[in-house]
Amino acid sequence: MSTTTAQKRAERLAQEPLRPAEPTYSLFRGTLANMRDIASRRELLGLLVNREFTAKYKDSALGFVWSLIRPLALLLIYYIALGKFMGAEKNIPSFAIFIYSGLTAWTLYSEIISIGTSSVVNNSGLVKKIYLPREVFPLSVVGSASINFAIQLAILVAATAVTGKFPTGSRWWYLPLSLALLYVFATAMALLLSATNVYLRDVQYLVEVALMILFWASPVVYSWQMAGNALAASRAGGRLLEELYLANPATLIVLGFQRVFWVAGSDRPFPADLGARLGTALAASLVILWISQRVFARMQGNFAQEL
Amino acid sequence: MSTAPNVIEVRNVSKHFVIHKEKSLKERVLNPRQSRRYREEFRALDGVSLSIAAGSTVGLVGPNGSGKSTLLKTIGGIIHPTSGEVLLRGRLAALLELGAGFHPDLTGRENVYLNASILGLSREFTDRNFDAIVDFSGIGDFIDTQVKFYSSGMYVRLAFAVAVHVDPDILLVDEVLAVGDEPFQRKCLDRIRTFQKEGRTIILVSHGMDQVAEFCDRVVVLEHGRVVADGEPQDALSVLRADFDETRRADLERQREKQADDVPHARFIGVGATTLADQSLRPVVGPGEKLTIAMEIVADEEVRDWTLGVGITTPIGTVLFQTTNDMLGIELQPLRGHHRFVLDLPHLALGDGDYTVATSLYDSTGRELHAVPNACQFSVRSAATSRGPVAMTAQLMQTQ
Repeated sequence: MSTTTAQKRAERLAQEPLRPAEPTYSLFRGTLANMRDIASRRELLGLLVNREFTAKYKDSALGFVWSLIRPLALLLIYYIALGKFMGAEKNIPSFAIFIYSGLTAWTLYSEIISIGTSSVVNNSGLVKKIYLPREVFPLSVVGSASINFAIQLAILVAATAVTGKFPTGSRWWYLPLSLALLYVFATAMALLLSATNVYLRDVQYLVEVALMILFWASPVVYSWQMAGNALAASRAGGRLLEELYLANPATLIVLGFQRVFWVAGSDRPFPADLGARLGTALAASLVILWISQRVFARMQGNFAQEL
Repeated sequence: MSTAPNVIEVRNVSKHFVIHKEKSLKERVLNPRQSRRYREEFRALDGVSLSIAAGSTVGLVGPNGSGKSTLLKTIGGIIHPTSGEVLLRGRLAALLELGAGFHPDLTGRENVYLNASILGLSREFTDRNFDAIVDFSGIGDFIDTQVKFYSSGMYVRLAFAVAVHVDPDILLVDEVLAVGDEPFQRKCLDRIRTFQKEGRTIILVSHGMDQVAEFCDRVVVLEHGRVVADGEPQDALSVLRADFDETRRADLERQREKQADDVPHARFIGVGATTLADQSLRPVVGPGEKLTIAMEIVADEEVRDWTLGVGITTPIGTVLFQTTNDMLGIELQPLRGHHRFVLDLPHLALGDGDYTVATSLYDSTGRELHAVPNACQFSVRSAATSRGPVAMTAQLMQTQ
């Protein structure tokens, strides 16, 4: 019995071709092979997302409610400090909805990038000991951030319904477009930055600072109108500055979200052809995602020794 | 099994590590030239080639830092070689660390699923084998407790239980067999034997030479990233043993130089084993023959109250027999100049095999003056009716 098991195994193995012990680096075939590799481990991806999520609040009484309290507290701060005290509310109708729609998008965006950046380093124990497609670590961050996002989005939708300004009609088209841009671009950044962070730990601190600047460089707590006016009024190359401002994917994503959920601001000016800009940015991000994945695949060969 | 296909082919693999002594951005940007100077290259593997056939159990041994783990990681695809390539057939599972990926805040059950998935098992497979895994681990009701409350033994047992339920064609094992209490260890070793019977290929990194000799049918000795011996466990392990002895001797020598003044210089200058019939360097002892061990000692100054020790070991260093003049009840005269001693072993109760003679000198405080662990070799070829190093007469009869 046992010899036949052994023989069968030997026979089966003799049929198989020899394969390299690790993924190939060729440009196009490599991408396909990597994607197959990742797809075959989607169960693991699910479990890792689950681990991130359950383990985070395992011993706290309120559990995942904490992940809602943070953005709600931020909302409150901005609403009172900026809206009431500084008077931003006067120029922006339904200021709370306005902020919250931007904040929801921004939270997902920044979470994917910042937690994603340190994801490979944080899982160094696994990276050093077991072969996995290492992309699963940044990708699992995308997954667990999405759970938070889904809850926040539900609150946002509920809030629009409660205030009686439920978005209807063609404005919904901006949601899949900006969401796609958000996911593609943030994932690309997470892949690229998590790989570079292995070699240079400064990256994770750099990312923190960059995200802080980018937050204020996107119209989350002020309106595009304010920024647009100020930029256009600047003496040197106002038009160029405006284009530069709009080239930021985070800006486009936030604007896209506001276009959908900020019904009260329908009459407010938005940048011309926002849809086209989103589409262009999405196309560019897809290319960036592909490049990031290639860079990641190239760099991951030395992860185990650098950690 | 002579037609067993190769499941692993390591082709001229080298791995160089560059050790950066400074890792911050500031340092690299501010003085890139300086940072290049602070690089240090380290060759962990240097042109290693190996072919491993399906169904074999291969032991990778070598001193610390010889590249065993690096080679294992290269085979496992965890480390990318600098040059050369590694080709595989079949499913591979690497047990480089038990419980890699265990999350302390999750329960045992959740961790079993997570760990199984990390090792490449599907959810269905884990579902089907879940009871077997828990049963193997002996964790019982604690399975729904968070892992951080486990004792370290429980933790490792659960991890091992998951690991042995993986269904690989190739299993890479790094120093993880020595876990748990004795009954559990036995269970693990039994499982490894089952794996062998099922024709799985096992590559084992271990410092336990006995374990390697027991399990492996081939041993590869690495040293400074090169293969220095590859073959039958006995032969390869004796190479390694000789190596360790050499290291130890060098260590002793260095130590002696430091305290050179107060340690008297006495040393063996020749040790030989002979029988009446065979006076060659490596005699073969036939049944009932007497073995004579002759030793020549030189002492530069007078050494009083000294002890002479003689032992017989297997090629991998297991001590079978040891005696000293004190045990034999013999007073030795103080040493000075040239001396010769002869130890007779008229009834050599040893089974077929190769053996090594080890000799040593101690002073009155038990300090080692000189030791030759591999002084000379001899073989025993008897009309043996048994296996193993001890020869005994045996009678078998039916009593009912």
